[in-house]
Amino acid sequence: MPLSSAASRGPLALLAHQVRYDLRAGLRNPRARFFTFFFPIVLLVIFTGVFGHGSTTIDGVHVKLSRFYVPGILAMSIVVAAYANLVISIATLRETGVLKRRRATPVPPAVLIAGQALSTVAIAAIMATLLLAIGKVAYGVGMAPAAIAAIACTAVIGTLAFACIGYAVSGLIGTPDAAQPIIQATMMPLWFVSGVFIPTANLSGTLHTVGELFPVEHLAAGLQLASVHTSFGGAISLGDLLVLAAWGIAAAAFAWWRFSWLPSSAHA
Amino acid sequence: MLTNSLDAAVAQRDAALPPDVANARHDAALQRDAALSPTPAEDQGSSVSSIPEDPVISIRALHKRYGENEAVRGIDLEVRRGEIFAFLGPNGAGKTTTVEILEGFRQAGAGRVQVLGINPWRAPSAWRERIGIVLQESEAEPGLTVRECLCLYAGYYRAPRSVDETLALVGLSEQAQERASALSGGQRRRLDVALALVGDPELIFLDEPTTGFDPSARRAAWEVIAGLRDLGKTVFLTTHYMEEAERLADRIAVIAAGEIIAQGTPHTLGDRQLSVAQITFAPPHEMRLGELPATLAGHADQGPDGRIVLPSSSVAADLHALSGWALARGLKLDDLEVRRPTLEDVYLDLTTDDPDPTTNEPSPTTNDQPRS
Repeated sequence: MPLSSAASRGPLALLAHQVRYDLRAGLRNPRARFFTFFFPIVLLVIFTGVFGHGSTTIDGVHVKLSRFYVPGILAMSIVVAAYANLVISIATLRETGVLKRRRATPVPPAVLIAGQALSTVAIAAIMATLLLAIGKVAYGVGMAPAAIAAIACTAVIGTLAFACIGYAVSGLIGTPDAAQPIIQATMMPLWFVSGVFIPTANLSGTLHTVGELFPVEHLAAGLQLASVHTSFGGAISLGDLLVLAAWGIAAAAFAWWRFSWLPSSAHA
Repeated sequence: MLTNSLDAAVAQRDAALPPDVANARHDAALQRDAALSPTPAEDQGSSVSSIPEDPVISIRALHKRYGENEAVRGIDLEVRRGEIFAFLGPNGAGKTTTVEILEGFRQAGAGRVQVLGINPWRAPSAWRERIGIVLQESEAEPGLTVRECLCLYAGYYRAPRSVDETLALVGLSEQAQERASALSGGQRRRLDVALALVGDPELIFLDEPTTGFDPSARRAAWEVIAGLRDLGKTVFLTTHYMEEAERLADRIAVIAAGEIIAQGTPHTLGDRQLSVAQITFAPPHEMRLGELPATLAGHADQGPDGRIVLPSSSVAADLHALSGWALARGLKLDDLEVRRPTLEDVYLDLTTDDPDPTTNEPSPTTNDQPRS
């Protein structure tokens, strides 16, 4: 036996233990690997290949579309990892009794939830590194160190906010089968009106306003703002971060009320 | 302070006693104090357990209601340390509700429930160090190997068992590197047991551990469960299989329509040991019951399959009379049988009296908020 278990070394060791196994399970999941890693990279290659030489403006700065797509696709992969994958994963773990079995052990629920959220942050960090590296090497989209720091901040807050939304939505979904259509219905339209696939400058005023009601637009806008600035102060978008944080807090409150560890099909 | 002076008095009195007795008394005193204090027993878990006479599970007048329906109607149960206790009942009889209350997943409606001396609904996480649960339905941790699953769960406990020993105990050492999701049904159930054991609990809940098994997988699982007894564990087993209860359990309780309708050992449940044996045989040819010896003819009967049925409260004498009669007529009575009611007969007798047990307990999730 190992000299001391994770639990006996305190809550932080236990959290690290949980993150390690959640991350391992997450990286081995073929569905998550495809939608979180492979699919966004394919979209980045296609979008920049087709539209990359066009241009748009971000925060008044005239840029090539490739500089628009790198942070935009990063926003998309964060939403997929923290929202789509998490909803499906939680619904599956709950309905197959895994959450209930974990809950039957002494592990504090906060460790289980934080572990899942932090492993999602780790996956987002891997994805951000990949996309920024591809952008730099393949498309010459370089970023200043201060901009990368701002992207990291925005990405972490965005990931946590979407993880909260994921927890909230998982409480509304009965079975993992029902999760897929709900996720696609809530995500797909937002890619188009939130400045992920199409620059918001090209959208009608109404569509842009609709996009701004939802958190995806604010994550994408925050990341895109960072990509055109060289100082941290200029690259960080406090307004977008506040909106993301508000969504996260509201979702966390909803999840607190609605979240269940037990299968919804529990019978007497 | 009152508590201190009480403790001092107890210590003084116990000085003359052997240390074990003194400790037990001291623990009893602590427990009393805990009962008097406004925040009951939250942190008294470990001290209470060291009193060997204390039941591991104690239920008094437990009620649980879902809306209009009373799923559990005042049950009393006691499970002692080191025994395998089987809890039987038809679907919807209140079995799962009771088990989930014991496991801390649901709140008791009324009555007193103590598991390892603590109310499960208010139990601190230290209490969960001491119990293991094999759920009725739970799948493997996705993406992890068998060994990784065990390592993950071992990390949740302060003093877990060795992962390799636990794998050996349930016979999964050879599958340690396989993905847990790739295991067969029987192997996966053994993994469930291993996950419940890895924290080295005192008390293990097994909820229908062999449902859906083929006979050989079931026998293998029984060996594992019987092995828990040798480890000194207390086991609370729910099952649909009478053979399983008979094979494994020290004591059995039967619940129907929310009430305990019988309790006993596999041998004494429903006064099985007192029940009358039956001697049966197929008549060699068309015969009237009156042809039987006079001592037997009076209470003999002919079953729908044509067999002669003789309820017998003194089997040796009745067999003697019967065999003498048969020999005199040159009959072989090749298919003669003497049988007592099986546990299954007793169980069916007990539970089919109930008018309609299935309507008494609706799905609890519809109008009850379980622990979240």
